[in-house]
Amino acid sequence: MAGPTPEGHVDQFLQHLLNAVMLGGTYALLGIGLTLIFGIMRVVNFAHGELYAFGAYTVYLVAAALGLNFFLGLAAAVIAGALLGALIEVVLLRPMRSADIDTVMLVMIGAWIVMQNTELFVWGGVAKAIVTPFPDAPLVIGPVSISWLRVFVVAAALLLIVASDLLIHRTKLGKAMRATFQDAETAALMGVNIKGIFTATFAIGSALAAAAGALLGPVFLVTPTMGDLASLKAFAIVILGGLGNITGATIGGFILAFVEEIGAGYISSGYRDAMGFLIIILVLLFKPTGLFARAERVG
Amino acid sequence: MKQFAGTATLAAMALAAGIATAAAQDSIKVGVIQPLTGAFAASGNYVANGAKIAADEINAKGGVLGKKLELVIEDNKSNPTEAAAVAEKLIVRDKVPVIMGAWGSGFTLAIMPKLMEYKVPMLVETSSAGKITTSGNPYIFRISPPSAVEAVAFAKIVDKLKIGKADFLVVNNDWGRGAAEDFGKMFKQHNIQVGLVETMDPPAQDMSAQLAKIKASDADTLIITTAVEQLTLIFKQAAALGLKKRIITTGGSQNPDQLIEQAGAAANDTTHITFFTPWNPNVSADPAMAKAFIAEWNKRGYPFAGLTESFRGYDGIRTIAAAITKAGKADPEAIRAAFWQIELNGMNGKIKFEKAGPAGQESGQSNPGIYLIKIENGKVVLPSV
Repeated sequence: MAGPTPEGHVDQFLQHLLNAVMLGGTYALLGIGLTLIFGIMRVVNFAHGELYAFGAYTVYLVAAALGLNFFLGLAAAVIAGALLGALIEVVLLRPMRSADIDTVMLVMIGAWIVMQNTELFVWGGVAKAIVTPFPDAPLVIGPVSISWLRVFVVAAALLLIVASDLLIHRTKLGKAMRATFQDAETAALMGVNIKGIFTATFAIGSALAAAAGALLGPVFLVTPTMGDLASLKAFAIVILGGLGNITGATIGGFILAFVEEIGAGYISSGYRDAMGFLIIILVLLFKPTGLFARAERVG
Repeated sequence: MKQFAGTATLAAMALAAGIATAAAQDSIKVGVIQPLTGAFAASGNYVANGAKIAADEINAKGGVLGKKLELVIEDNKSNPTEAAAVAEKLIVRDKVPVIMGAWGSGFTLAIMPKLMEYKVPMLVETSSAGKITTSGNPYIFRISPPSAVEAVAFAKIVDKLKIGKADFLVVNNDWGRGAAEDFGKMFKQHNIQVGLVETMDPPAQDMSAQLAKIKASDADTLIITTAVEQLTLIFKQAAALGLKKRIITTGGSQNPDQLIEQAGAAANDTTHITFFTPWNPNVSADPAMAKAFIAEWNKRGYPFAGLTESFRGYDGIRTIAAAITKAGKADPEAIRAAFWQIELNGMNGKIKFEKAGPAGQESGQSNPGIYLIKIENGKVVLPSV
């Protein structure tokens, strides 16, 4: 049983590293939307994964079922995600503003179940594949290779991360969001439209989740249950990075991807998902506010 | 007048009750448990639709024991806890004397203690974990091949494939780990080296880490055991990583047409062990029956890709009907005893139960044939080996 050569070992490690970067970008995108909503609204959004699935199905509808342009599908998914998010906020969350966090959590669990079964009803249980304009042949760089689609996905994810950061730190809406996060009542006294801020926050968070689904749908497959795993990962990332911490969610996404990839590659692939949660248990034991608690929190 | 109204109501109620009893006597209920929603909804619905075709066919010919076969179909929601709960509901509330289920090995294993508790037999149509028939549950009768049977059937052709060393990538549950163990054992007997055994969680979508490790190994063949969704992802990701090894999949839940449609070129030159060959019904154990089933499936507008799953439901209900006929009454214990005596043609060979598991409380296991198919240039071909 001759193992790989020493060069083989280096090549394998480089491939793992590249895989982790590809995965990390999308994990970060998933985490940011969730952390933003929790940070500003104190809503534990169990429907986050369903917005992810909604984004993926929107791309499928536009690019595969209607046969229109793939990039048009991506744009449609982000816009539709924002609109659906705004609708959920106005219909479900606005009347619950004074309810406690557990009640809101139950409402969001209900929304999750309704949305998932609606997807199953509309699209059926058979997984859908989205064809993209990217070439099938992978991009080969020396010993490692990667599909063009994933290169695009990471680039798009990083672009969206930077865009959300700019939105929060460089715009008037962002300033109002940060003020609401620090103290909603005072912000209201200063003339901030709190209702509008909440709707905008939920819409932006939802749009980010839909964008993640739209980008990953073509990489993986689109199924009605695809949101469950996405939700799980998103919560893990948010806990890792600290609740409400955008920088933390970004770095947390990359850490989770790296731990999973290296854990699966060198320790045991059967415990791939356990690796990520092991790290989370350690974080909760030793730094319960998240790895980046002292770093900047939405502002 | 008041009294009259009362009498009339009473009479109407008695009449209604009478009709209800008559209806109950006119049909024999058969419980069906499948994943109709959740992760395995597609496969579960195919099996349930195959079961309905069998029941309609049987009823058109006069039913069983002069009564209609009535399927009571329940959803296990792709969840073992739900599977056990609906089994209890079928037995206690619907009083079904026999059940067919429950697609995944995890769901079937969850139901098994309930069968012991209520003494109701279950026909297993898809699950392939070895321990379903080896744990000493005398209410289990299985028509799908467990991985050990699949490995033995594969052993007859394995030498011709000239495998030097094989890696495994299997789903991390009873099904996948069982397949790695049984095929690994068989390979060693045929002087084939076994290299890496990598696993993946059932819902996992990114298998790049496992594939990167497999890419670096010196094995020439990769054996994969999982369902169609994960296979699609593995083929695409393996192509992206430039993995060039012969790929053989086991387990019969590959759904080759869906692989071709969704994985595209990445599915080319992969080999699959399947249990039904709708692409060429002539090689089926009963070509006329296979053709008629395929024709009815198409007539109902179901997708062709579903046939590799739906035939299991069709064979399962036909087996149950044969057992009820043999038993002469819709009684759980009589049906259980009758399963041991029946013999009928299935799509992939004769259905006849052999004893499996510890003596005194054996389960029934039928030993069907397997087929090797290959995907070449986006088409399913049946290589002659």
